[in-house]
Amino acid sequence: MDKFIWAFLVGGGICVIGQILMDVFRFTPAHMTCTLVVVGAILGGLGLYEPLIKFAGAGASVPISSFGNSLVKGALLEAERTGIVGVLTGIFEVTSAGISAAIIFAFIAALIFKPKG
Amino acid sequence: MSSKKKKKLTPAQKEYQTFAKSKEPKRPVFKNCVKAFIVGGIICTIGQFLQWLYMTYFNFTEVTAGSPTAATLIIISVFLTGLGVYDHIGQWAGAGSAVPVTGFANTMASSAIEHRSEGFVLGVGGNMFKLAGPVIVYGVFSAFIVAIIKIAIERLGGM
Repeated sequence: MDKFIWAFLVGGGICVIGQILMDVFRFTPAHMTCTLVVVGAILGGLGLYEPLIKFAGAGASVPISSFGNSLVKGALLEAERTGIVGVLTGIFEVTSAGISAAIIFAFIAALIFKPKG
Repeated sequence: MSSKKKKKLTPAQKEYQTFAKSKEPKRPVFKNCVKAFIVGGIICTIGQFLQWLYMTYFNFTEVTAGSPTAATLIIISVFLTGLGVYDHIGQWAGAGSAVPVTGFANTMASSAIEHRSEGFVLGVGGNMFKLAGPVIVYGVFSAFIVAIIKIAIERLGGM
């Protein structure tokens, strides 16, 4: 049960950071998400993001910053197994499910739904 | 406005800039943050619940449960986008709905649906990544740099 509370607090906290970037620093949503992804990648490289996921569960793994972390994680894991080429082959390894699902279901949605006015 | 551009302005233009800035509606930062916190927190809690569901009933471990959790959230978000519900949530919640992975799926689905009148290849296929593309580009590029630096440090440290 603790996990749910921490997921709520940490996930909400990351969203507040995004909101502050948008309102105070006047970032567009695209700039804001890109910034969070890059920050997530850097934190992943420093080994700080995994402990956060362990602590907050989905609170850290659902926000987009975990996308950057997962890219780094996949690249490093595959590089360990197959050498330096692994950085290229492994970069999408962990995030593949998310990206594939997004592409497939976005396309299905485009087949089914009509634009809303 | 960048400081470089500001230097070239005439005094009258500068005066106008400060005047325009003072008339700009103030953004209710605190209120927006509270909304973002609540909605973002709820989405992450739903994610945590899904993860718990997959771990308890479908024999996933804490590591492998991440993928089906993300996929389920994405399916829900795409469906809500198609019904036009997610955009309403987004208007209210701001970053609260844009930061979670559901926001990523929403940008893809909404641009895919919006451009379907331009045809399925150039419209849907070409525009799907219009808004979500930057995230992937900067994510992959920064991940590549970070991974290379980390490997270089490890190799040099190991020598």
